[in-house]
Amino acid sequence: MLSIKNLHARVADKEILQGINLEIKAGEVHAIMGPNGAGKSTLASVIAGKEEFEVTQGSIELDGEDLGELAPEERAHKGVFLSFQYPVEIPGVTVTNFMKSAINETRKAQGLSEMPANEMLQQIKEKSALLEIDRKFLSRSLNEGFSGGEKKRNEIFQMAMLNPKIAILDETDSGLDIDALRIVANGVNKLKGPHNATLVITHYQRLLDYIVPDYVHVLWNGKIVKSGGPELALELEEKGYDWIKQETTA
Amino acid sequence: MDLKDKLVASFMAFEGGVDLDHPVHEIRSEAMKVFEAQGFPEKRDEEWKYTSLKALLQNDFSVFPKQNDCLDYKNVKQYFLHEIDTYKIVFVDGAYSSFLSETTHQGIDVCLMSAALSKPKYLPMIEEYFNKIAPKDESLTALNTAFSKEGAFIYIPKNVAADKPVEIIHFATGNEAAVMLQPRSMIVVDQGAELQILERHRSLTSNAVLTNSVTEIYAQANAQVDYYKVQNDNLTASLIDNTYIAQGRDSQVSVHTFSFGGKLTRNNLHFYQKGENANSILKGVTIIGEKQHVDHHTLVHHGVPNCESHQDYKGIFDESATGVFNGKIMVQDIAQKTNAFQQNNNILLSDKATINTKPQLEIFADDVKCSHGCTIGQLDQDALFYLQSRGIPQKEAKALLLYAFANNVLESVQIPLVKQRINRIIAQKLGVQIGFDL
Repeated sequence: MLSIKNLHARVADKEILQGINLEIKAGEVHAIMGPNGAGKSTLASVIAGKEEFEVTQGSIELDGEDLGELAPEERAHKGVFLSFQYPVEIPGVTVTNFMKSAINETRKAQGLSEMPANEMLQQIKEKSALLEIDRKFLSRSLNEGFSGGEKKRNEIFQMAMLNPKIAILDETDSGLDIDALRIVANGVNKLKGPHNATLVITHYQRLLDYIVPDYVHVLWNGKIVKSGGPELALELEEKGYDWIKQETTA
Repeated sequence: MDLKDKLVASFMAFEGGVDLDHPVHEIRSEAMKVFEAQGFPEKRDEEWKYTSLKALLQNDFSVFPKQNDCLDYKNVKQYFLHEIDTYKIVFVDGAYSSFLSETTHQGIDVCLMSAALSKPKYLPMIEEYFNKIAPKDESLTALNTAFSKEGAFIYIPKNVAADKPVEIIHFATGNEAAVMLQPRSMIVVDQGAELQILERHRSLTSNAVLTNSVTEIYAQANAQVDYYKVQNDNLTASLIDNTYIAQGRDSQVSVHTFSFGGKLTRNNLHFYQKGENANSILKGVTIIGEKQHVDHHTLVHHGVPNCESHQDYKGIFDESATGVFNGKIMVQDIAQKTNAFQQNNNILLSDKATINTKPQLEIFADDVKCSHGCTIGQLDQDALFYLQSRGIPQKEAKALLLYAFANNVLESVQIPLVKQRINRIIAQKLGVQIGFDL
């Protein structure tokens, strides 16, 4: 589904990604772990098309289609979703109105007509229930004055509404207490299916107790230096990242 | 003859039409002397450094506009808050239009300055308030005072809340090539009384219009005044708005100024706090393009202890538009425990757009909290990316962010219909195409 080959990217003069290779198939959950500054968030942003980063080599394909030249919104229309580590506050635009705009813009790009109001309402009802979101919350301004947990739940609510092919969760566990973490993880797990895939980016193993990955990759210095099964995450939790650094430099 | 000479010469003709024995006439004559000595402000005046009236004053303005009362309600309905019940004081080319107005003397006075100046029963009030808060040495205000004759007059007695908002609307029809209008209004909200006002100036013509308006507002102890100025006019219409507000103890006055267009707009908005625990709120949204110019000059004068003021002005400038924000906060030595807040944020959308922003704090008390901040920037790229990553195209995403930026100021708008109208104008100005319910 998502195929990343020899991806190099830089911001200003600093090369951050230095040859990433990653294959994610439909139905799979992959986790990328790594120390601070390894390039985890950059990878997420580059897949979603943030213009600040310049891709100097390599390719990102979604179902065989090259995303390289596409604007962030076009990638979203093709099925890429990024859950932000720091969702942006948009005063004056309610969660509901924002969702309507996002869905209808996506449908427009896909050649579909606008979603009928009753269907939209039904969707909002179902997906907000999935994330235990209160109805009042939906008429508040997007992310404005939301707690950390509310912001992250709102991100996954948006993901549920947009129904992407590949969902990238960037540090979704940061700032969450254990109850919020469970709700968010539960939402993500329920959205998993044979036709979509999930890429979880995290510093800590904690989230992976709830969203169990099929594969774990360790990112360091802009490269994936080690891959394995879910047990790799536990090993990292126990030993930290230093042994990987030593193994890699040795 | 230049405009100043024309105005000076016209004063004698003006005197032929007013009661020379009325005490106000003495005030007019004094004011005329001030204007005659000072003339129109020029760029060398510090207060007018970034706003030039020179080009504007080249027009051969008619100073006594011909009357035109053939304005049909259905053609101007859109400029009224027609969905809700309001009192209306409407002027067409400077003259009162009884046909378009809805005034009252029942319990409250919502009527005309000309009535207040001529009827004996209003004389004590005129003597107590007229031209008392307006600065005497400011030439444009003096010019208005000299020709003061017509405008809105509102009196809300003690402990009465006006039962509906008052709309003050000034139309210009363009039955002359260039017209100068000088409405003079006075609003007195007595102890514990409440009032909401919406004011707008609307030109219905492409002929030049220059309005030099003066409004004095007196909010007595515990009074609540909520004032909305909608400045969304033609590219040939210019407005110099002088609004002077005196506040008594525990009163709250808020003025929202929505500047969405016109050729040149200058807002001189002065608050004078005269009683403790007064709260002054000044908010503004400016969204302009082309070669439009909007200048906000605010003054909050903290003259007594324990008062507050909050200023929040947002500006979005496109194309060759120019903006000015000059926010003066004066805290007198006696005004301890003052809490004064000022914020001015601007976004420039074009390389040719300009904003000059200047906070000016003069603090003579030592136990006060004063904060100010101004920013000039472009759109937040992270926010833009966030919206795009949800499938919203860049153009719409930009419009949405600008909308969100300006929308912040609307939270304090108390009349839901006004909020909705302003929201729509903002969305339309910014090209928000996304069809959500505003």
